[in-house]
Amino acid sequence: MNILETHHIVKQYAEHRALDDVSLTVPKGCIFGLLGPNGAGKTSLIRIVNQITAPDSGDVLLGGERLKPDHIKRIGYLPEERGLYKKMKVGEQLLYLAQLKGLTEREAMEKLKIWFLKFDIKTWWNKHIEDLSKGMQQKVQFVATVMHEPDLIILDEPFSGFDPINANLIKDEILELREKGKTIIFSTHRMESVEELCDYIALINRSHKILDGPKRAIKEQFKTNTYHVEYQGDLGELPPAFIVQKTLATDDGFLRTDIQIPSDASVNDLIRRLLDRVTIRSFGENIPSMNEIFIKAVGSIND
Amino acid sequence: MHTIFLIIKREYLTRVRKKSFLVMTILGPLLIFGFYAIIGWAAVSSINQKKVEVVDESARFVDKFKDDSETKFTFSKKPLSTAKKDFVKEGYDALVFIPKNVIEEPKTVQIFAEKSVSLTLQHNIEQAISKEIETIKLSQAGITQKIIQDAKVNVDAQTINLSDGSEKSSNAIAMTVIGYFCAFMIYISVFIYGTQVMRGVMEEKTSRIVEVIISSVKPFQLMLGKIMGVALVGLTQFMLWILLTLGLFTVGGAIIGDKAERGREAMQTNSAMAQNAPELQDEKVKNNAIASVMQAVETLNIPLIVGCFLFYFLGGYLLYSALFGAVGAAVDNETETQQFMFPITLPIIGAIAVAQFVIKDPDGALAFWTSIIPFTSPVVMMVRIPFGVPVWELILSMVLLVLGFMGTTWLAARIYRVGILMYGKKVTYKELSKWIFYKA
Repeated sequence: MNILETHHIVKQYAEHRALDDVSLTVPKGCIFGLLGPNGAGKTSLIRIVNQITAPDSGDVLLGGERLKPDHIKRIGYLPEERGLYKKMKVGEQLLYLAQLKGLTEREAMEKLKIWFLKFDIKTWWNKHIEDLSKGMQQKVQFVATVMHEPDLIILDEPFSGFDPINANLIKDEILELREKGKTIIFSTHRMESVEELCDYIALINRSHKILDGPKRAIKEQFKTNTYHVEYQGDLGELPPAFIVQKTLATDDGFLRTDIQIPSDASVNDLIRRLLDRVTIRSFGENIPSMNEIFIKAVGSIND
Repeated sequence: MHTIFLIIKREYLTRVRKKSFLVMTILGPLLIFGFYAIIGWAAVSSINQKKVEVVDESARFVDKFKDDSETKFTFSKKPLSTAKKDFVKEGYDALVFIPKNVIEEPKTVQIFAEKSVSLTLQHNIEQAISKEIETIKLSQAGITQKIIQDAKVNVDAQTINLSDGSEKSSNAIAMTVIGYFCAFMIYISVFIYGTQVMRGVMEEKTSRIVEVIISSVKPFQLMLGKIMGVALVGLTQFMLWILLTLGLFTVGGAIIGDKAERGREAMQTNSAMAQNAPELQDEKVKNNAIASVMQAVETLNIPLIVGCFLFYFLGGYLLYSALFGAVGAAVDNETETQQFMFPITLPIIGAIAVAQFVIKDPDGALAFWTSIIPFTSPVVMMVRIPFGVPVWELILSMVLLVLGFMGTTWLAARIYRVGILMYGKKVTYKELSKWIFYKA
């Protein structure tokens, strides 16, 4: 089942088309990476899903229903530009934001107690936001995003501003939320976190969706049948269809060579040839990193 | 609807809890009270009972002069020469000499004093003597007291007319003061609370909380909630000011009550005397400005004025604060607000300038038009109301004001919803006009 579907979204600002025919499908219970260079239209899309703006045409379905005002309770949103009322106290502020999301004061209080214990921030309740460090404010904002237990959580650059320890804490929370069946969309430039966390991705460039699907399938799609081997000895001549891309010497006296084989050839043919000539330390397929995929996909269009 | 209340509650509580609110609430009435206390003190302290010695050779006026809060008469049998020498030493402020032949030659009455005698005192004495002489002459001419009493019916009718006239003149002062005061309060509060709305919007925009909030509520709800929250802050402040001011005046009144009481007595005595001598009243009323203004205030339609004040405060505030809010949404920082603030504040500044002319001519064409147009009506109409405004004009003005603030709120909301999410862009009027026609 899909928690979120967008169909042919178009959003036009005065002279600038922010989104052009963007269709996405976000399955329930996954971590969905929304990728794209700056100004590609990610934020416009997120704002449409959050009903901050409306599309010029196209439909958005949340849990199979067309988007309606009541849906905001089912979405938690952490904007890229973090912001809280600086002069308000932490507890008061969170209670207010929770109530805006439709929780009663008592419900909000109960939920907040759990989060304050979990993050060990009980002493912050009566502190003013402006007296907290930036990292602490981020934690408060994260609580504000998830405290009403939304089905869909949209995080825009969730790790920016966190030190490694707190970033890890948030990462664990994201994974735990997925375990509970929540769906997380996160928008980021940081490919290592996409690599680590995302099950699905979509890539938006210049208002168009250029790529989407399960991460594994996309990697499959972008791989080039290239393998690497670390060895000692002389590789000798390989059949012309086997292309040696590059050879490097490792620090500890081995050589590392990347070899691309034709799509109709079997990897076993390559291994058989290698076995006769060199002493192999390791062998493996070069799976493209998300970073490479990103650069390749965006670059090929922009060129 | 529920979310709007949450927003109003937050906007209200965060402002009311601020120290500056408390300071303003206490300071406001103190300033007003202090202002009145100084005027009151100055006026009351001038009411000092003067001791006057009377040497009456004709012996016709003994005990005919009535003591009041201003003057105390003492009759003595001393010869004029001794009295003249001693009256200052004995603590008298003035000496009145009435010669034997006063009835035949009234101009021979003399008043001696070390410092110059106040016109009022001179007037009082002259009046008392001439009235006595009049009575004597009338009875000599065969007109009895009864005929005078009968004649008094007419005189009374005359008095009422005259006193109406004089009331009007003192009313005019009260009307001017109250009208201008109300207009000025509206002018000031539109600025104070309008700016608060603008700052509130800017705070949300620059702290970037706005995106979190409007993922939960509609921008229009946020804007309206803020405007209403601040309006309630304003009303709370006014209520507290009125209560505190009343409290201060009650307490303060008890302290200077003695003197004020005497002032009021003087007023009553005067009106009693005025019945006998109508032409006296005008003079007296002027001498007792405070008491008369207070009396005049009582004759004004206070509930109407208070009701209209609250209506025009709210209407004017809503009209302008929506525009202030739009400015807050359009800009990134305080310095950029200047260029947009100027055209918005121009009409209300104009209104307070026009108010001075309206006071002089509350029914003129200028007064009429500026009190009908919504941008100036909250200020100008308040100036006119104490003088009396035709009902249809009042209703027209109110309806237009309501339409006016609905219009500005609509316009502001269109700018607001685009502006709050627009960062780092120098906004021009051309840009703003485009925003108005953006689709949501």
